[in-house]
Amino acid sequence: MQEKTKALKAAFPHTIPILTGFMFLGMAYGIIMESKGYHAGWTTLFSLVTFAGSAQYVAITFLTAFFNPTAALMMTLMVNARHVFYGISLLEKYQKAGKYKPYLIFGLCDETFSIVCSTKPPPGIDQTWFFLWITLLNHSYWVLGSLLGGLVGSLISFDLQGLDFVLTALFVVIFTNQWKSQDDHKPAICGVVCSTVCLIVFGPNRFLIPSMVIILLILSGWRRSYLEKYELVEEPIP
Amino acid sequence: MTLTPVETLITIGIVTLGTMMTRFLPFLLFKGADAKNSYINYLGRVLPYASIGLLVVYCLKDVNLKSPAYGASEAIAIFCTAASYYWKENTLLSIGAGTVIYMLLVRL
Repeated sequence: MQEKTKALKAAFPHTIPILTGFMFLGMAYGIIMESKGYHAGWTTLFSLVTFAGSAQYVAITFLTAFFNPTAALMMTLMVNARHVFYGISLLEKYQKAGKYKPYLIFGLCDETFSIVCSTKPPPGIDQTWFFLWITLLNHSYWVLGSLLGGLVGSLISFDLQGLDFVLTALFVVIFTNQWKSQDDHKPAICGVVCSTVCLIVFGPNRFLIPSMVIILLILSGWRRSYLEKYELVEEPIP
Repeated sequence: MTLTPVETLITIGIVTLGTMMTRFLPFLLFKGADAKNSYINYLGRVLPYASIGLLVVYCLKDVNLKSPAYGASEAIAIFCTAASYYWKENTLLSIGAGTVIYMLLVRL
C-alpha cells in the first residue's frame, strides 16, 4: 500500500499542467455538449469510456447531424491515427505492466503519452504504479472537467480565453527537454518539419496521416546510419 | 439532442471503438516481437522524438496565419516557454509563464 502512495506522490506533480488543461477543456466540452442538448450524464459517460479530447470534440458533429456510424468511425480513426506512434514508442516501457497493461493502453491520450515517454519514475518508485497513477489522474481530470462543465459551466463568468495553451506549452517543454537530453536531433526535426510541410500542403483536417507516413519513411531511411552510430560501435572493428 | 438515446449510445460506442483501435493496434500487432524485431525496436527509440514534434504542430494546426496577428501570440509564447525551460529546466514555471504570456497576448 505504501508503495502505491509513494508512486502517487511521485506521479502527481507531473500531472499538474494536465489538471489545468483538462479542467478547462473538459469544462468547455461539457458546456458545448450541454448547449447541443446532451446533459452532464451523457458528457460524463462519453469522457469516461472514450477519454480522447480531440475525437470527442469532432464527434459533436456526428451527435448533432443525422445518424452516421460509418462516418463517425472513419473520422475517429483519422483524428486518432497518431496514437499508433505512441503505442510503438511505448512497447518496451509497458511490456512489464501485467494486468494493468490494458488500462494503461486504454488511457494513452496525447497528454498521458507525452509524460510517460519523457519521464522515468524516481529511484525506488514502482514503474507500473507510477505510469498507472499518471493515466488514472489524467483520466479523472478529464471526466471531472466534463462533468463540471455540463453541470455548472453556464454559471462560470471568468474570461479563460487562451487557457488551453497550457497543453501546447506542456508539449513544447517536453520537446525542449528531449532536445537537451539527446545528441541526435534528427528524429525531432523530422517530426516538426514533416508535419509542418504536410499541414501547409494538406490543410489542418487532412495532414495527420500523410505526416505519419512521411515520418515513417524518413526514419526508416535513417535506420542504417542510426544503428552504425549507436550500436555497431560496440562491435570490434575488423 | 438530435439523435435518439440508442443512436447516441451507438455513436459513443463507435468513437470509443475507433480510438481504442488506434491505441491497442501496435501492442496487438507487435506482441512478443519487441526484443527480436530490431526494426520495431529502432522505431520505438526514435518515434517518441518525432511524435512530440508532430504533437506540437498538431496543437498549432488551427492557428490562423491570415489573422492580423499572423500567429505571433503563439510564436512568442512558444519561444518564451522553450527558452525559459532551456535555461531553468523548471517544467511548471515554463508552462505557467508561457500560458500567462499567451493569455495576455490574445487579449491585446
